[in-house]
Amino acid sequence: MTLLRNILIRLLTTAITLFGVAVIVFVVIRVVPGNPIAMMLPPGATDADIERLQAQYGFDKSIFEQFVIWLGGVMQGDFGTSISLRQPVADLVLGRLPATLELSIFALVIAVLIGGALALLGTLYRDTKGEAAVDVSAGMALSVPDFLWGLVLILLFGVLWPVFHISGRISPSLNIDFTTNFYMFESLIRLRFDVWADLVAHMFMPALALAIPLAAIIAQLLKQSLKETMHLDYVTLARTKGYGENHVITREALPNAILPTLTLVGVQFTFLIGGTVIIERLFSYEGLGNMAIDAVINRDLPLIQGIVILFALLFTLVNLVVDMLYVVLNPKLRHA
Amino acid sequence: MSGYLSIRNLTVRLKGGAMILRDVSLTVRAGQVHGLVGESGAGKSMIGKAVLGTLPRALEVVSGQIILDGTDLQTLDPKERRRRIGASAALIPQDPLTALNPSKRIGPQITRRLVDILGWPKIAAEARALELLEEVHIPDPARVMRSYPHELSGGMRQRILIASAFAAEPKLIIADEPTTALDVTVQKQILRLISEMQSRHDTALLFVTHDLGVVSKVCDTLSVLYAGKVVEEANMHRFFMRPIHPYSAALLAATPTYTDPTGSLTPVPQTVIDGVEREVAEHDMRAAP
Repeated sequence: MTLLRNILIRLLTTAITLFGVAVIVFVVIRVVPGNPIAMMLPPGATDADIERLQAQYGFDKSIFEQFVIWLGGVMQGDFGTSISLRQPVADLVLGRLPATLELSIFALVIAVLIGGALALLGTLYRDTKGEAAVDVSAGMALSVPDFLWGLVLILLFGVLWPVFHISGRISPSLNIDFTTNFYMFESLIRLRFDVWADLVAHMFMPALALAIPLAAIIAQLLKQSLKETMHLDYVTLARTKGYGENHVITREALPNAILPTLTLVGVQFTFLIGGTVIIERLFSYEGLGNMAIDAVINRDLPLIQGIVILFALLFTLVNLVVDMLYVVLNPKLRHA
Repeated sequence: MSGYLSIRNLTVRLKGGAMILRDVSLTVRAGQVHGLVGESGAGKSMIGKAVLGTLPRALEVVSGQIILDGTDLQTLDPKERRRRIGASAALIPQDPLTALNPSKRIGPQITRRLVDILGWPKIAAEARALELLEEVHIPDPARVMRSYPHELSGGMRQRILIASAFAAEPKLIIADEPTTALDVTVQKQILRLISEMQSRHDTALLFVTHDLGVVSKVCDTLSVLYAGKVVEEANMHRFFMRPIHPYSAALLAATPTYTDPTGSLTPVPQTVIDGVEREVAEHDMRAAP
């Protein structure tokens, strides 16, 4: 009963959030200077041509009228037509979404693996030079933003020691027809490991660039909560039972120490998704972020709206998943 | 005089700093209860931690022997030492609210070590846990085994920790102020329970407390600790009749009597404290190279 109510409240707040985002984006991109029609017209177009096109896209109406018309379409699943690409926005955006999702999740996995391993090592070697080494590397990783890491990686593994692909999502020479846009997922299911390896070779550097700052945050925070947990009585009690340091850290301390980190990872993961916009551009990766930049350059208003709404939806979903995980991992919240 | 646990001239200090334990010697005989009393900061808990190998990292054992069942623990490598303590000794901790892992159910917290460390079959370990929970008078033990710590009261949790301590039939139990964190009404029950379990399982018990009243109820012998130094080791009867050390006598005199509610509290006189401080200083002078 309460669960159902919580879900309903959650859905309602999500809807309100998305509506707010839609209003803000809709108004802002129409108020800032720059005319989408002007971008489309060949030199020497007459005023009559401009007016005709403006009417065709509905830009002659007031912003409020335009919003009501657009919202009416959205309610029926129609997000309008892209001005620059001349295709339905919904198709374009949903076609690109899997590429960005795969990149973000791959980056998240790398960040959790690296950050988690560093945190555990730092705890195992706490108060020694080992922990200092973890702190120093985390500090360095954090003080450089993700796009600069991208450039560094391109220089290292694309130019000096070219082991990874520096642009695109997949090698064009590969002979495979995908039925979905989840290339990684699909290639694994179809057991095309050659294709999967090629995808990883493309995705690894942008994912790593996105992952490095997040890995540093995870390493720092998780190590801190682990170290605090290691002083607690139940950890001491486990030691007296004959358990060694590794067991004590991973089995006794970790399940409790992970909770604050989980909340932070949720928030940081949305930043990571935001970071894909620049990283995808840097690595010419065919995802939503890359499309967003093109849409802004071309002042493709319907496409910008669609992409922003989708990003907002992603963010709220990530927060929802984190909240649910939190309840699963913390027994105290289960019956509340 | 040898015992099941025998500590010989144990000296512990802060790495490169202050002395925590000064030349401590004490003996806990098989099946007997040895009280360890002293004020806060006297180093009572540190003795228990030194035996169990859970001293804080900032401390180091400078010298001395900790002989458990005939073997000096200091000579063993860490892994063997851990295994031996896990198999033959157990801790009843001070604060039942923080001594159970909040993310695990009670059952596994009792049974896992039997399976992991001592190699019991899982079914045997679970049967043993149920039996022990019944022994410590927990109603509906099967349900408690499935509960999380936060669903149980402090008294219940302390009973669980006592049951857990006796799970592997250890020959030595170290109880570190096991009633300090509990309500006064629960304290008595828990004290009686520890006493009952100790005599039924014929375990040696090192009972760390600051409460002489508690010591008089459960202990056979005791040591009085001041500033990390044992000032008196005695059997109970002799101690309460005729304490030898002036500090012990002052400590006894300072114990409040509940029969006289108007009686004022007697502090340990400053002259006694000066005397015992002088002894500690003299000891440090002799120990210095």
